[in-house]
Amino acid sequence: MNNFKVLMNGIVKENPTFVLLLGMCPTLGTTSSAINGMGMGLATMFVLICSNIVISSIKKLVPDMVRIPIFIVVIASFVTVLQMVMQAYVPALYATLGLFIPLIVVNCILLGRAEAFAAKNNPIASLFDGLGMGLGFTIALTLLGAVREFLGTGKIFNIAIMPEEYGMLIFVLAPGAFIVLGYLIAIVNRLKKA
Amino acid sequence: MKKLESSLKNMALALTGFSVVAGAILGWVNKVTAEPIAQANAKTLSDAIAVVVPGFDNNPAEAPETIDVDGVSYKIYKATKGGEFIGAAVESSSMGFGGELKVLVGFDVEGNIIDYSLLSHAETPGLGSKAADWFKKGAKGDITGKNPGEAPLVVSKDGGQIDAITASTITTRAFLAAVNSAYGAYKNQHVDGTSGATQQAAAEEKTENVENK
Amino acid sequence: MEYILIFITAIFVNNIVLSQFLGICPFLGVSKKVETAMGMGAAVAFVLVLATIVTYVIQKFVLDAFGLGYLQTIAFILVIAALVQMVEIILKKVSPSLYQALGVFLPLITTNCCILGVTILVIQNDFDLLTGVIYAFSTALGFALALIVFAGIREQLSMVNIPKGMQGMSIALVTAGLLAMAFMGFSGVDKGLAALFGI
Repeated sequence: MNNFKVLMNGIVKENPTFVLLLGMCPTLGTTSSAINGMGMGLATMFVLICSNIVISSIKKLVPDMVRIPIFIVVIASFVTVLQMVMQAYVPALYATLGLFIPLIVVNCILLGRAEAFAAKNNPIASLFDGLGMGLGFTIALTLLGAVREFLGTGKIFNIAIMPEEYGMLIFVLAPGAFIVLGYLIAIVNRLKKA
Repeated sequence: MKKLESSLKNMALALTGFSVVAGAILGWVNKVTAEPIAQANAKTLSDAIAVVVPGFDNNPAEAPETIDVDGVSYKIYKATKGGEFIGAAVESSSMGFGGELKVLVGFDVEGNIIDYSLLSHAETPGLGSKAADWFKKGAKGDITGKNPGEAPLVVSKDGGQIDAITASTITTRAFLAAVNSAYGAYKNQHVDGTSGATQQAAAEEKTENVENK
Repeated sequence: MEYILIFITAIFVNNIVLSQFLGICPFLGVSKKVETAMGMGAAVAFVLVLATIVTYVIQKFVLDAFGLGYLQTIAFILVIAALVQMVEIILKKVSPSLYQALGVFLPLITTNCCILGVTILVIQNDFDLLTGVIYAFSTALGFALALIVFAGIREQLSMVNIPKGMQGMSIALVTAGLLAMAFMGFSGVDKGLAALFGI
C-alpha cells in the first residue's frame, strides 16, 4: 500500500469518528465550537503521529506480552509533553480543552492505531497513518463543532452568519452534541451507499 | 534484528528501560517549559490587570495585597502611576449556576468600576459565558462607571438597576455579588490618606450580606 | 449533608456520561442489553473507587512529595492499568462467581476515560480522601444509571422500524441526546438542595 493511500484511508474510508466510531468522549465533549473542535483534533493528531512513529521504530524491542503497557507509556509521555507545551504557549486553548487533554491517553484511536498499524508497519508508513487518522479526526471534530456552533449561536469560527437570537442553544449544550453527531453519521451512512 | 522474546528478563528490562527513558525525557521537557509556563500564567494575569485598571507604570501583579473580609480572602493588585495610587484590580469569586465564577474588577480611586474581566467560570457554555461581555462598557448590562459604594449592584429583576443576561439571572446575580464583594475588599485595603473608607465599607458589607441571603 | 449534596449532584445534575462526556465508549458499546449494562456499571463502580484511593495516595505521597506533578498522567494511567489486571487476577482466585459476572468487562475498563478522568478531577478539585471516594462512588452510580436506562431504551428500539441510514449508532446517539435533555431537567436541583441544607 503506498503512503498516499494510507493517508486517504484515515481521512475517508476509515474515518475514526464517522466510520470507526472511536474516541467519542473528546468528539462530543470539546466540540461546542468549531475552533475548540479543531484544537482538540490537532492536539490528538500531534500525539498520534509521534506515538505512531516511535512505536513502529521500537516494535522489535518490545516483547509481545508487555506491549500494551509500553505503548501506553509512549502515548502518555507524548500527552504529557503536549500538556506542558500547550500550557506554556497556548494557555487559553489549554484552559478550554481542560481535562480532555490528559484524557487523550485513553482515546481508543491511539492505542488502536498502535496495535493495528504501527506495530506492523515501518515508521514512514506509520507517520502517514497517523497523519491521515489525525486529519480525519480533526476534520470530523471541526465539522461537528461548526454545525453545533452555527445551530446554537449562529456563528462559525466566531464569525456571525445569522443573528444570534435565532440560535438554538440546545445544540451548544450536551444533548446537541449527541444529536448532531447522530445525524452526521446518518448522512455519512447515506453517502456511503450512494 | 529479531523480535525480542517474551521471557521474564526481556519483559522486565523492556518495561524498566522504556519507563526510565520516558521519565528522563519528561523531566527534561518539564525543566525547559517551566519558565514559559510561569511566564504565560503571569502574562494572563498582568494582561487582565492592564485591561481593568489601565495606565499604570508599576507592576501590580508582582505584590498583591491579601485582605480577609468575612473569612474570605481577596487579592488586590494595586496600580500606581509615578508613585501615585490610581486604582486597583480586585480578584473576587462567587458561586454561579455551574460552579465558581471568578472575576477581576478594576476600581478607580473613588471606587468607580473602570472595567472587569471574567477570569474563569463553569457556567453553561454559550449562555452564562456571555458574562464576559455583557457588563462591558456600552453593552446591555453596562456596569462601568458605577460605584457599588453608593448602591450595591443589583439585578433589575430584584429591584436593582442592572439588566440580567437573557435567561441567565442566576449567573448575573452571582456575577454582581462577586463585584460587590470585590468592592468591599477594595474599600478595606490599606490606602494612605483615605480615612473613613473602612467604616463606610463595613456598613456596606452589612447591606450586602442581607442581599446575599 | 455536604456528602448527600455531592452524591445527588454527581448522579443527576452533573451526570458523568450525559453532561460531562466521560465514558462514552462503554456507554455506546455495551448498552444493547440491560443485563450487560448492569455488569459494566458494577465493574466500573468497583474499579473507580479502588482507583481513586490508590491514585490519591500516589499523588499525595509520591508525586507531590517529590515534586513530580508533571508525571501525573503517566503514573495514573499505569496505576489504573495495573490495578485492573490485579483485580482481575484476585477476583478469579477469590470469588469465581463475581469474576464471571464482571470478568469480561474488566479489560475494557482501562481505556474507559471516566476512570482516569474522575481520578484527575478528584485531585484537581482538591477533595480529601473521604470526599473523593464518595464522589467517585456517586459518579459510578450515575454512570450505571445512565447506562442501564439507555440499555432499556435500546432494547425497545431494536423492535421497531428505523430508517436505513439511521440504524445502529446514529439512532443510538440521537436517543442519548434525548436522554441528556431529560437529565438537563435536574439542573438547579443541586442549588435547591444547597439552599435547603444551608451550605
